[in-house]
Amino acid sequence: MSKLSRRQLIATGVVTAAGAGGLAVAAGIARRYGLVPPDSGGIYGPGETLTYAAQRVLTKHSPAREFSRGQISAKPFANEVSPLGDEFARLQKASFADWRLTVDGTVAEPTTFSLAELRSFPRRSHITMIQCEEGWSYIAEWTGVPLSHVLTVVGAAPKATHVVYRSFQPDWWESIDMADALHPQTLLALEMNGGQLPVGFGGPLRMRVTRQLGYKSVKYITHLTVTDNIKQFGKGLGSASPEAGYAWFAGI
Amino acid sequence: MAETPRLRHSLWVRVTHWLTTLAFLALLVTGLEIVVSHPRFYWGEVGNINTQPLFQIPIPASRATVPTGYGYTLPDQNGWSRYLHFQSAWLLVLTGLLYVGVGLFGGHFRRTLFPSRSDLSAKQLMSSISEHLRFKRPGPEEAWSYNVLQRIAYLLVTFVGFPLIIWTGVAMSPSFVSAFPAAVNVLGGQQSARTLHFFLTGALVLFLLVHILMVIVAGFWSRVRAMTTGRASRAMITGRAPAVKQEGV
Repeated sequence: MSKLSRRQLIATGVVTAAGAGGLAVAAGIARRYGLVPPDSGGIYGPGETLTYAAQRVLTKHSPAREFSRGQISAKPFANEVSPLGDEFARLQKASFADWRLTVDGTVAEPTTFSLAELRSFPRRSHITMIQCEEGWSYIAEWTGVPLSHVLTVVGAAPKATHVVYRSFQPDWWESIDMADALHPQTLLALEMNGGQLPVGFGGPLRMRVTRQLGYKSVKYITHLTVTDNIKQFGKGLGSASPEAGYAWFAGI
Repeated sequence: MAETPRLRHSLWVRVTHWLTTLAFLALLVTGLEIVVSHPRFYWGEVGNINTQPLFQIPIPASRATVPTGYGYTLPDQNGWSRYLHFQSAWLLVLTGLLYVGVGLFGGHFRRTLFPSRSDLSAKQLMSSISEHLRFKRPGPEEAWSYNVLQRIAYLLVTFVGFPLIIWTGVAMSPSFVSAFPAAVNVLGGQQSARTLHFFLTGALVLFLLVHILMVIVAGFWSRVRAMTTGRASRAMITGRAPAVKQEGV
């Protein structure tokens, strides 16, 4: 082996060793600063951790793009959901007067809200895009109560790391970290394009997470649980999505 | 020190070459799998089945809501496809950064990729193009060096193709563009980014096919062996070892 290529071999070795060492240090730092997603185990763990950590470092407080009124999609599209059943039909017939949102977990005052109570809270609107992981998208105006306001009302503990939310649809649950839960655009949406939120689009109450794909904006929200231990829910992967093979972090 | 054969490709070039191959093939398969869930493409910010597509790939979809004209849907493979797509994207990006970093600072690009002024003369270019079109097997002078069209193709892929496909990829991320909105705005919108990402895939696949064809023309196993072990085979040197001094590529 020539001198030059030997030198190169040594240099490559040093770079590789430095890279491996750097990765180990980075993994430690990531764990300490909450940059590891709940579904970080398994063969796709390294990629998911890199994606989530990079996004959290770069985008922790950034607002999703907002659009002009003229850009609102004339014909939005909603994916079909499985039949909601008789109980939902009964609630819908009564204009959702009996719909309840329960908030519990690491909060000072576990509380149950009616939609009327939620409507009495300060509201916020934004015109944002919702993207499906399938590839399609639409823009709509969403109006609702910032999740951060509800968390303040119930006195969410400062040590909380995630908010778990459940749908009226059984076995459908999701969670977001506090960066998204406290994000000013994250809404418990009650209205769409100035009218009542249609059932097809998640009415009467939909979680609207603007910086993640549509499957994080769960329809028919009934229950929020604030937690400092996301691993205790379900199979410990953060939400029902990874249990069905989809990434927990859906920012890309 | 004993005389040992000089290397055709140095270790880091070989490692980054095959890691890129692995990442690219994984990205290609999973990317097509993701497209199958919605094989319609749009221009601008938004697009869905209620809007007019720019074009539609005439294949069945993996979701029943997409009007494809087929009476059936394919199995949904989006979950693992998306996981593997992004993991492979990281492999591609990190390998690419290593390749470009070492190549620029180590002088590899200057020595082996940047064409010389004389290479770029119209006469030289025409003769190289004509040799390629006639599938002329490269002679011993190319056992140790790239021809001008090769250099241009590799530079375009490294500095235009891959950067653009990574850019259009992250431009689709609602989280990434929340911090860097210009990344998607200058492309004309999120659906435009998706469509461009698809076209760029086509361009890179075209490069891959021509690359493989040229490797076959040049002698498939000898070139693959050179990119794997680093050693040039006798077939490549065709019995006439070049008289040039060792330059330690």
